[in-house]
Amino acid sequence: MREKVRPKFWPAIATHALLIAYAVVALFPVFLIILNSFKDRMTIFGAPFALPWGDTFTLDGYATLGSSAHFEWYFLNSLIVTTSSLLLILIVGSMAAFALAEYKFRFNLLTSLYLSIGIMVPIRLGTVGILRLMVNLHLVNSLWALILIYTAQGIPLAIFILTAFMRQVPRDLKDAARIDGASEYRIYLLILPLVRPAIGSVLAISMLPIWNDLWFPLILAPGEATKTLILGAQAFLGEFANDYNAVLSALTLAILPPVFLYVIFSRQLIRGITAGAVK
Amino acid sequence: MVKSKRGFPTHLLVFLGPAVFIYTVFMIYPLLDSLWLSLSNKGSAGSQIFVGIQNYLTLFSQERWSAPFWNALRNNVVFFVIHMVVQNPIGLLLAALLARRMRGSAIYRTIIFTPTILSVVIVGFVWKLILLPSWGISRALFGLIGLSSLGDYPWLGTESTTLVTLSLISVWQNVGIPMMLFLAALIRIPDDLMEAARVDGASGWKIFWKIQFPLVLPTVGLIAVLTFVGNFNAFELIYVTQGALAGPNFASDILGTFFFRTFFGYQLQPADPFMGSTVAGVMLVIILIGVLVYLFGWQRRLQQIQF
Repeated sequence: MREKVRPKFWPAIATHALLIAYAVVALFPVFLIILNSFKDRMTIFGAPFALPWGDTFTLDGYATLGSSAHFEWYFLNSLIVTTSSLLLILIVGSMAAFALAEYKFRFNLLTSLYLSIGIMVPIRLGTVGILRLMVNLHLVNSLWALILIYTAQGIPLAIFILTAFMRQVPRDLKDAARIDGASEYRIYLLILPLVRPAIGSVLAISMLPIWNDLWFPLILAPGEATKTLILGAQAFLGEFANDYNAVLSALTLAILPPVFLYVIFSRQLIRGITAGAVK
Repeated sequence: MVKSKRGFPTHLLVFLGPAVFIYTVFMIYPLLDSLWLSLSNKGSAGSQIFVGIQNYLTLFSQERWSAPFWNALRNNVVFFVIHMVVQNPIGLLLAALLARRMRGSAIYRTIIFTPTILSVVIVGFVWKLILLPSWGISRALFGLIGLSSLGDYPWLGTESTTLVTLSLISVWQNVGIPMMLFLAALIRIPDDLMEAARVDGASGWKIFWKIQFPLVLPTVGLIAVLTFVGNFNAFELIYVTQGALAGPNFASDILGTFFFRTFFGYQLQPADPFMGSTVAGVMLVIILIGVLVYLFGWQRRLQQIQF
């Protein structure tokens, strides 16, 4: 059946040509940066499109990187913030989603509406209030400030997606467990593995905005000890703007981990984005 | 749905409590606090006093505030319009091509989406380097179409071109999002429908406009509102490439960077939480108008057409 839908020869060629052309546009800048990060300064400027080879190959930029900034700390900070936030989003989000999907109570609709404000209103608009709050709680320049904000930011969409999936879990299953005397908490734990695809989607779409954020690290945790990878890279790139080897190496190191993860998880990520959008 | 058991619904509190608590304390409360601050200002003894809409009037009418504010708002509108007319049609075109399910579609999709997963910080620096006249990359690229002299032009450093250039960089990065959403909508169209049209002798072009496009109209609205919220909340790309002063001469200043300078302070400009909250209040109203137009204008009209 699917065979028949395939376009004819010439339209197919044209389609491939257009897609290849755009794929080049999408990858070329990234490729150029990675390529030049392994070349010496002369060749970066003299022959920007040449491959690093023999004499022109160098790791100078990476050496500068290692000696002048604590990228391993920054990386660790980003890792702690991202995983803690995701874990919190999943735990509290799935619990709330379970309650909203499972029980009929007076404020169910109201609670859902209240939580959905956060899907459309960007949390950034409350930054002045957030900064004041964090100063009062003595959390400025701590990773906790970031973790709590990212959790609050991620909760609405997580609940939205998880509630939709939890409503689809068959009634009979839960009722059977109730007859067997299972507590409501036990039933929640029973349901959780059944909505694994939704959990994957929530993880995939919540992760990138947290890992890639510059706004909140810049405002809430700019100290050296709490810099995230993105903020650290931003500061380094500004400081070493004229050291091309260092800049290109820093960019390459910042590009590779997310691209590597993306290649592995692209299926889940794409499913997550579409699941989040389709109501 | 199960009616809650009689008595105090402890489990309801346990399940809903943590999420509602974190969300309320760290998102809703700061938003309300910020709105309250926008209606306040410093009193004579340094205490906080209520001033009504005075800050908003200052922002709209006092030259020192209104000139940069209207400049940022105007630039932001241009930023948004460029996304709407460049990013979203390209996204739709790519999705329509991918929806033909040819060999390699998954690979194309993965590659084209790659810029979208990168941090704006990286994207900003990458393009800043590429557009740097002294590196010569852009000269070589423009040379491909026989216009190498355009490569020496400082696209980011010139007042008249910087905003358009930055918008296009942002389009380059974000085109994957409309592409994915359009693709998801196109794939849901039943094969039978397309097949029937093809048997009737309809061309690919006609099938697109008569069948596929009307069926993805709801997605057009969704993408428009996502683009709107994203653009009127943007900050990073400008900050990374042009600094907080959004140069040259504020030609690339948008509401996000203006908001940042106002509440956080920058160089000679002192931090002003009251005026900062006021700018955030205006941004909130703009974003709410966009969302409401989508919910009550676009979606409702679409339902009327469908039924």
